[in-house]
This record gives sequence, C-alpha cells and structure tokens, in this order.
Amino acid sequence: MDLLRKLEILADAAKYDASCASSGTDKRSSLGAKDGVGSTEGMGICHAYAPDGRCISLLKVLLTNSCIYDCVYCINRRSSNVQRARFTVEEVVKLTLGFYRRNCIEGLFLSSGIISNPDYTMEQVVGVARTLREVHGFRGYIHLKTIPDADPLLMAEAGKYADRLSINIELPTEASLGALAPEKSIGDIKRSMGRMRLRIDEARAEKKAPRFAPAGQSTQVIVGADDSSDRAIMQMSTDLYGSYGLRRVYYSAFSPIPDSSSVLPPKAAPLVREHRLYQADWLLRFYGFAVDELATDTAGNMSLEIDPKLAWALEHRALFPVDLNSAPKEMLLRVPGLGVKTVDRLLASRRHRRIRMDDLSRLRLPVAKLMPFIVTADHHPGATLDCAKLAGRVAPKAVQGVLL
Amino acid sequence: MRAIVLNHVVDFGGWRTAARSAALDGVPPEETLWSVHETTDLFAEPPGAAPPSGAFSVSRALVELAATAIQASDPERFALLYALVWRAHRGEKHVLEDAADPLVQRVMRLAAAVRRDTHKMRAFVRFREVVADDTTRYVAWFEPDHYIVEANAPFFVRRFATMTWSILTPYRSAHWDGEALRLGEGAQRADVPDDDKLEAYWRAYFSSIFNPARLKVSAMTSEMPRKYWRNLPEAAAIPDLIRQSRERTATMVETPTVSPARAPRPAATLATLPQPGTQGALAAEAATCQLCGLYKHATQTVFGEGPADARLMLVGEQPGDQEDLAGRPFVGPAGQMLDRALAEAGIDRSTVYVTNAVKHFKFEPRGKRRIHATPDRAEIQVCRFWLDQERALVRPAVTILLGASAARAVLGRTVTISRERGRPIPLEGGQVMVTVHPSYLLRLPDQESQAREYAALVGDLRMAAGWV
Repeated sequence: MDLLRKLEILADAAKYDASCASSGTDKRSSLGAKDGVGSTEGMGICHAYAPDGRCISLLKVLLTNSCIYDCVYCINRRSSNVQRARFTVEEVVKLTLGFYRRNCIEGLFLSSGIISNPDYTMEQVVGVARTLREVHGFRGYIHLKTIPDADPLLMAEAGKYADRLSINIELPTEASLGALAPEKSIGDIKRSMGRMRLRIDEARAEKKAPRFAPAGQSTQVIVGADDSSDRAIMQMSTDLYGSYGLRRVYYSAFSPIPDSSSVLPPKAAPLVREHRLYQADWLLRFYGFAVDELATDTAGNMSLEIDPKLAWALEHRALFPVDLNSAPKEMLLRVPGLGVKTVDRLLASRRHRRIRMDDLSRLRLPVAKLMPFIVTADHHPGATLDCAKLAGRVAPKAVQGVLL
Repeated sequence: MRAIVLNHVVDFGGWRTAARSAALDGVPPEETLWSVHETTDLFAEPPGAAPPSGAFSVSRALVELAATAIQASDPERFALLYALVWRAHRGEKHVLEDAADPLVQRVMRLAAAVRRDTHKMRAFVRFREVVADDTTRYVAWFEPDHYIVEANAPFFVRRFATMTWSILTPYRSAHWDGEALRLGEGAQRADVPDDDKLEAYWRAYFSSIFNPARLKVSAMTSEMPRKYWRNLPEAAAIPDLIRQSRERTATMVETPTVSPARAPRPAATLATLPQPGTQGALAAEAATCQLCGLYKHATQTVFGEGPADARLMLVGEQPGDQEDLAGRPFVGPAGQMLDRALAEAGIDRSTVYVTNAVKHFKFEPRGKRRIHATPDRAEIQVCRFWLDQERALVRPAVTILLGASAARAVLGRTVTISRERGRPIPLEGGQVMVTVHPSYLLRLPDQESQAREYAALVGDLRMAAGWV
C-alpha cells in the first residue's frame, strides 16, 4: 500500500477524536539552534478548517487502525470491515516533518488501535515521539493518546516527549462503557488519569522533577451513543476536572460511522446538543454555575432551543434586572449575553463612566438579548421581565440550514 | 497645522518621535496631518529631526497598543494613535481602561484586526519547497489585509530558524537565510512555484480528516474566509467535500450492518489470578467494591499494604486526594507526617501493615479541588467487611487506631480520643491503642501546639511498638 493511501485510511480512522488543541505548553524556539525545527509559544494555531467546522492544528493520525478491542461505537473495532493499514515509525516522522516545514501543522496527535497488548502499542507510539524529538530535534507540539495500565516506564517516557497526554473516557457511566466497550473500564481510565495528574503536578511543582506533559491531560466523551442525560455527562465532567485537573473535556456528538453496529442509534445525535454541553462546560468552569442549576427538564437534559445561560435566566427572573453600574461581578457573569471578557471590560469602564445603552452597542454586545435583563443609566426593562412571551422574544429564531 | 511624513507604512519609531514632539509643543490632534513617503532605503533612521527636548511618559499598555494598531491599513491610524497620546498627556492617564470610550474603542478595534490578521498569517502561510543546486529553500506567497509582515517575521524565524525561507506579499517580502532577516519590496504571486511534492498528501489529509456526517460550512468560513482559499492548497478539495457529504452520510446510515458476529472477549487466564485467601486476592476483590456509593466519584479502592505477617497494624480514616490518585495509603501530607513520626519512634514503616477504615476517598468538589469529607457511620460500617478480613489475615499483635473513624471501625463505638488515647485495650487476642490521626496535627493553627501534639503522637507510637 502506498503512503498516500495509508494516510487516507489512518487519518479517516482518527477523525472521531475532537481534540486538536496545541496550546498551553512550555515555550520553545529554534532560534540559535544548529538543527531541528519548530517552536511553541503558548497559543496554538489552527492552520486550516475542514468543512465540518473543526480546526486542523495537528497531523491527527493513528499509527494503525488494527485493534484487538471491540468498542461498538468505534470505526476501528476488531469486528468492523474497515480497510486496515499501518504506518511505520519513519513514515509518521516523515509526514510530520514535511507538513511542519510547509507550515501546515503545529505538530502531531498520535493515537493507535491496540495491537498485541497495551505495552507493545504504547512502545510504538512513544517510539514515534522519541524519534521526532531525539533524532530530528522536533520542537513542535506532540499529543499522544495513552493506554490505561501501560507500563509506568513507558508512561514516563511518553510524558517526557509529549506536550499533552490524553485518554478517552468515551462514555459517561460504567454501565454504558460495559455495554458498548466491554474491554474498557472506567476504573482503569480513572486510575490512569490519577497517575498522570500526580506526575504532571510533580513536574510543575518541582524544578528537578522530570519533564511531564506540560500541556496537561484531556479526555473525550461521546454524546448520544448511549442514553446518558446531560446531567450525568456534566457530573462526570465536574468530577474529572476536579479530580484529575484536566485541561479540557471534549464532547463529540455521536455520528454514524461506516459499517456501524446495529446496537447503535442509526442517526447522528444533534450537533446542537454537543454545542449546549460545551456552553455548559464553560458555565461550570468560568461562570460559577453548578450542575444542578443547568440541567432543566425532568430527564436531566438541557434545552436544545435556547442556550443554558438564557434558560437559567428565564427560570430566575426574580434575580433580574441586573444593574450594570452596580452589580457584583458574580451577578454580571449570569446575565445572558455577557461573557467573561465583556464583564471585565464593563467593570473597568464603570470606574470611569456610568454605563449607557450606546456604550453597549459600541462594545458590539447583543443589545436586544440583553435589554430585558439589565438596567443602565438610561434604560430599565420595566415589566418586560414579567411578560409571558419573553422567552419567545429573546430566543433565537429557528433557521433552516442551507446546503452550499 | 503640522505635517508629519513617515518613512514607511509601519514607521513606529518615526511616529513615536513625531507624536512626542507634537504633544510637547501642544499641537492638538486636529492640527496634525500624517502621511507616508516610502524611501527606497527601507527602515533607515528618521531623517535628521532632532529628538525633542523633554519627555513624558505614557502607560506601557498604550505603547504596546500603538505598536500593534500602527500596522493597520487604515490611513487614519497615525492620527488616531496621536489623539490617544494627546489625551494621556493631557491628564487622562488611564484612558485605555475605559473600553466604552469611542476613540479607545476604535483603536482597540484596529489592534484587534491586526492581531487577527497576524494570527491568520501564522496559520495560512504555506511554504513550497524549492530544490536547486543542492540547496533547499522554502517560499510562500501570502496576501495580508494589514501591514503585518515586519512585526510577524520574527515568529517565522523562531519556528523555522534552521531553514532558508522567503515569505512574499504584495507590499513587502521577508527573507531568512539561516542567519539574518532581510526585508525587501513587495512581490507577485507568480514569484512562487505553483506546486510542491507534499501538497497532494496534505490535500488527502485534509479530505480524510473531514467528517461528512457533521457538515458546518459557516463554522469553517468564519475562521477560514474564502479570501484565503486561493492561496491554500487544501482549499481546492472543499467544494467536492461539501457536495459529496450528504450522500456519504446517507450511505453510512442506510447500509445494513455487515459486521461479523462479535468475537469473544479473551478470558483472563487462571495463572494471572491471585490465589484465593491471600492478601493479593483480597485486594483484587476490593478493587471492584461497590458496597457503598463512594466508588462512583473516587478514582480507585485504596487497599491496605504491608507484610501479611506484620506484628503492628496502623488503621487510618480514609484515603485523601493524593492517596486516591496514587492508589496507596498514607502517601499525602498526612502520610508524610506519619512517616516522620514512625521513624522518630524507631518503627520501620516497611514492617507495618498500613490501612484505612474506609477504602474510597470521600470528598466535596470545590472548583478544581476536592475537600475531604468525613465518612459517615454507615460507610464505616459497610467497609468493615474489608477491614475485618485484613485484620483476620494479618492478625497483628498490636493495632494502632489513628483518629475517631478508625476507632469506630474497629471498636464499634464512639470513642473520645482525648479520654482513651495511649492505653492498651485488649481485643481478639491482641492489643489496640487509640491515638490522634496525623492530619489532626496538620490542622493545628500554631507551631507550638503542633510540636506538642507531634511529640505526643511519637510517644504513643513508641509505647505501642513496645507492646509488640
């Protein structure tokens, strides 16, 4: 099989991993270096966007899509009839360096199907990172997918070469994982995350400690392949952020795969559900919301029609309107239409002036959405808040998608 | 009216000098007229204009904002920036803090446009490899919206310092020969070769990583607007990918599943299972414990560890944050305190069996931290299932109970530590001693009481060791 065909197969096999982040690692530069190539400067760069709207920052491939596991949601499970391929270490290295020198990518995100056993697979994955760093002086970004219960020495080596390590939790509950991914266990995954956290913390706290994944660890959960509620997913995320200091939890709406198993839903989960979970994730981490405030319906799911912050505000009208000229930061953060950055700007601005409506439009804020919920020097919503039709007025109009 | 002519489109030095002298001379912004006259000698020092006498300071934030916004293509940028300097000089030192101010906002918007363009240049420059006379060069053509090449070139130097490269744009070109950066005049698209041996691979990657089941064209174009497409080799694939996506998805959904029957899961071999009735078997059983709800949020069961024939057993309350992550008892701050106290009491920890009354970490999430929560009676009661088996297996001569939870677990009643500590309590053919938990010492506010309690703990440990 030629390299081009391998690349097609092994990129296709990797595309269900949402993460393509390349930010938050230590700073590196090639200036003054004799050989090697690459730099990292904190902020990652998205070098392209695919028509699915996802950023392409890294060369995201599998080393092989051959796998001894049989996770039903996965295109690479052993019972799938997908065409199999396998890169050599040199081939991945060559593609990574070639694309990097042309400024197509920030680095490599390498994952693999499980071949033979976890340690053998991990050794192959680490081998690519080792060759890039040690032989070719590669200073770009490397993200490695790790395998639970791989040998601690291999994990130490992975952390030495990689900027980020990840392990996908895949499904939010033990029961779902047992049903859809019988070879995986939440316990193994959490233990692995726990060990990684200890090493990441140690490397960060002590200068002499060996380098270990300076961009931290992340995970991904598939949404809509099982019947878990939004509440269960958010609870899981809260646990993971709190217990293992994850940088990110990625949510990936289940989408149909070729040659799929009949156990799975035949249709894609709505992408808007994935979007709502990302919104909720931000509200939980940066806006002071708790899980119980967000999951609104009896089944524990969020509204698909309106965003979770607006939904909360409509349910708590007694706490509004909020006076932009006097309310505390915590309350400003709860106003639909105000983001963290905007709130900081308003706080700085109001030391100099009384905030008026035209200030808001100059700051390019969604004035129509804000109006019912705020008081400014020249505006009071009056009885708008009590209007039964408020939800209809502030909710976005449903728009029929148009194919290009 | 003061007319100021700058040397080139991003002549920050010239602008700064002129702005300083105009402000010192009291020339208001509406009486300045700014223009650019490109000299052939790019980036020459500004012509003879003597630096103005006197100086004044503005905030670093303002200087940084100006250095960014001056790269904008808006011809009014020099005047707008001077107007900001004028206001800062005339008493509004913190003018930038008011983001709602119309002038501040306009300049901020210029700077934001420059930053975005800068970022897009870093993202969308595509080098093509040119091999000639045994040397390899990389050449790229890019069309920026603003005058960003000069300030952005160092980024490409840091990244591609070991390569020889040129980035050509309509108004300026940047050349790096491996040692020095040279800025030259603008160029044309035709100056760059129109193919590269890896571009077919890059297009194949772009096409394969796209998921046709989740088409979101507007999300793509908002970050990668069409104006960039003609210089991006991968963009040629976009129309076909969009056109075929619906059909590809429909095929996936409609095609009946043809997977073979699920292959059986490889069974665990007997050889890998621990012998029943041993410590290993007990620990392996406990690893899957779901007798109470604590397993749901904890990472793992933290079982006891130490020799199965240990004469001394230590029982704590429950694993903490660090113990939960590491899967071993007493490795966190309280564990380190315990290790010190054991060593001082002359006890070798490796000869002691160390365990906890409750085997899972109970906590309250508090943002990014987990705060210890005391296990309740029911949890302690349920978890005795494991502790009893550990005690039956090890049968220590002496058991030290660290804290009230451990005392409740083993003695089955509420124990007031201060009343019962340090004296032998006979139990099931051995001796039991109650003392404080080392984490109690960590919570004491002052060093004096900490030292006193630490000495008392060491004393208790030494006494108990004597009973062995």
